[in-house]
Amino acid sequence: MIPQSWYVVLSALLFTIGVVGVLSRRNIFIILMSIELMLNAANINLAAFSHYLQSLTGQVFVIFVITVAAAEAAVALAIIILISRNRGTVYADDFNIMKG
Amino acid sequence: MLKYTLIPLLPFAGFLIAGLFGKFLKEKSAWFAIAGVIGAFILSVGAFFDVVGGARLNENFYSWISIGDFSANVGFQIDQLTAVMLLVVTTLSSLIHIYSVGYMRGDKGYARFFSYLALFTFFMLVLVLANNFLLMFVGWEGVGLCSYLLIGFWYEKKSASDAGLKAFVVNRVGDFGFVLAVLLIFLTFGTLDFSEVFALAPTSVGAAPYQLFGGEISVITLIALLLFLGAMGKSAQLPLYVWLPDAMEGPTPVSALIHAATMVTAGVFMVARCAPIFSLSETAMNTVAIVGALTAVFAATIGLVQNDIKRVIAYSTISQLGYMFLALGVGAFSAGIFHLTTHAFFKGLLFLASGSVIHALSGEQDMRKMGALKPKIKITWAVFFIGTLALSGIPPFAGFFSKDEILWSAYNASSIGPALWFLGLVGAFMTAFYSFRLIYLVFYNTSHVDHEVAHHVHESPRVMTVPLMVLAFFATTIGFIGMPVIHGGNLFGEFLAPLFPPAEHASETGGHSAELLAMLLSVGIAAAGWRLAMGMYKTESAWPDKLAEKFKVAYALLLNKYYVDEVYNYLFVDGLVHKTAKFLYTVGDVRIIDGLINGLASAIGGMSRRGRKLQSGFVQQYAFTMGLGLVVLLGLYYALK
Repeated sequence: MIPQSWYVVLSALLFTIGVVGVLSRRNIFIILMSIELMLNAANINLAAFSHYLQSLTGQVFVIFVITVAAAEAAVALAIIILISRNRGTVYADDFNIMKG
Repeated sequence: MLKYTLIPLLPFAGFLIAGLFGKFLKEKSAWFAIAGVIGAFILSVGAFFDVVGGARLNENFYSWISIGDFSANVGFQIDQLTAVMLLVVTTLSSLIHIYSVGYMRGDKGYARFFSYLALFTFFMLVLVLANNFLLMFVGWEGVGLCSYLLIGFWYEKKSASDAGLKAFVVNRVGDFGFVLAVLLIFLTFGTLDFSEVFALAPTSVGAAPYQLFGGEISVITLIALLLFLGAMGKSAQLPLYVWLPDAMEGPTPVSALIHAATMVTAGVFMVARCAPIFSLSETAMNTVAIVGALTAVFAATIGLVQNDIKRVIAYSTISQLGYMFLALGVGAFSAGIFHLTTHAFFKGLLFLASGSVIHALSGEQDMRKMGALKPKIKITWAVFFIGTLALSGIPPFAGFFSKDEILWSAYNASSIGPALWFLGLVGAFMTAFYSFRLIYLVFYNTSHVDHEVAHHVHESPRVMTVPLMVLAFFATTIGFIGMPVIHGGNLFGEFLAPLFPPAEHASETGGHSAELLAMLLSVGIAAAGWRLAMGMYKTESAWPDKLAEKFKVAYALLLNKYYVDEVYNYLFVDGLVHKTAKFLYTVGDVRIIDGLINGLASAIGGMSRRGRKLQSGFVQQYAFTMGLGLVVLLGLYYALK
């Protein structure tokens, strides 16, 4: 069998890549994809524990997370379209009118 | 005993009614004040006869402060001294209230005037009746307040309101001494009650002295000197006399009541009341006597050349107060009080009569614009002449007996006595001179009156002349209760004697014959002053101007009151007050306080300038900061676990 720890490490790795992506990428779409990556990393974690604890709770939670991620992606894309039309750019660096 | 509380309360009621309802009562408000004061007078006469019959009162009516062992109460003490003062205060207050009905007619502050006058009477009576230092201080401050209100009565006139302020501030300097004395008394004796303090006073004579300015001073001397400082302010002695001449800005009845008969005598009364304390300290007694004698001569010299009728009488008051303190200082307490009594009558008379003259001349006060008024205002002339005779010490008028007793007591006192007697004699000469100078310039000589004013010269109405005549009667007769030499003639002295420690006599030099000789000498001196004034001023003469020309420097010095006001202005008003104010403003307020506030504001501004950089507008930076914070918190959590 695949040891549980591998799944956890995988999930951690993916999550870390997602975080780094959010913090350092300039393109809004890439930031959005990194956020999705973080969500899915959590999903892997949940599914792994569900299997190893022989409980369906984890998998039910996964379904929820996927649903939410989909809805959130839709809303996020809508916002991105609006803001990129407004500012004329998709680079996060240029969205700084809240600068104090 | 409760009826004695009415003595001060009736004038207070008069004050309330005239003060609160004056707007509606207008002219009638005066009668309420007068009723209050006359009621007090009647009760005072009753009290006097009770005291003559042997009654003494010392009762507390209301417990004012009571903390642990210390208590100060509203209580009255009626003994011989109080009885005399009650009569003096209420008699003069009543007569002056009545006089003011005529003098202040038509003034738009009529009701206010009477309410203040009644309030003053109330406070003065409280001062006189008090049986402890704290209550006396209430009265003390109260009369100072009323003096301020009444001097600055015509407050729209700048010189009047300035004079009121000056009076209050100079008084305050004296009050500072008085308060220190009261505190010291409390510290030393633990009580402020007169009877208790006086009983304990002798025990403190041997107590350890205080170290002050490098020298030693015994407790009792310090107390006495501080009390005298208060008296100097209130009774216009050197150097705190400067407010009294300026106080002439007030209406003449005010000058008569407050600055001749009652308030200024509060200092004399206080020293007499505290005789048990003063007589224990030779230093204090000598100080009182010397200051009194010097003031007497100093003020008389200024009065010699003044041209304003009220100023002459004001300086005369300062001078006579000096005589009273001279008497107190040599141990002749009852002589000082006797002079206080006679002075109240004849000085009050002189002020009111001068008011009558001013009234007759439609407000003119400069004597150089008067003259030859005798045939036109006969009653005023007559009472004025009587008052002047009394003031100069011509027998058988009142002033002769009291002043003579003072001079004789001074002569008999130890060490410095004869020197003080001589000063008193010099003062008496000058007193007679300037008093008769005034009479001759106003009523005799040739008329220098303005033409329009001359048309309106008229005798004052009866409501003004009747009090004048009553006062003149007293100025003539009251001397007879204090006659020297004649056995049993000094009723006044014997009446007050039990209260005061006996005066120190170096030796009763020569006894009666020496006393008669001294009396003749003082009368002769007074007559000489009269004669000189008559020669210089009765008829138009070139002498006054020639003398003024010849002694130009001295004349200028006297006319300008030795420039004391200017010196005080330079030293204290400009030097102390203005410079300190300027310093506090430029350094204290602008630099320090404003600097602090503005500095605080700009510090906050600086901090926020730096803090603003956190808000860069980059969302990723915010996310990074959040992540960093989370890591730090987790690290702390695990580190501290």
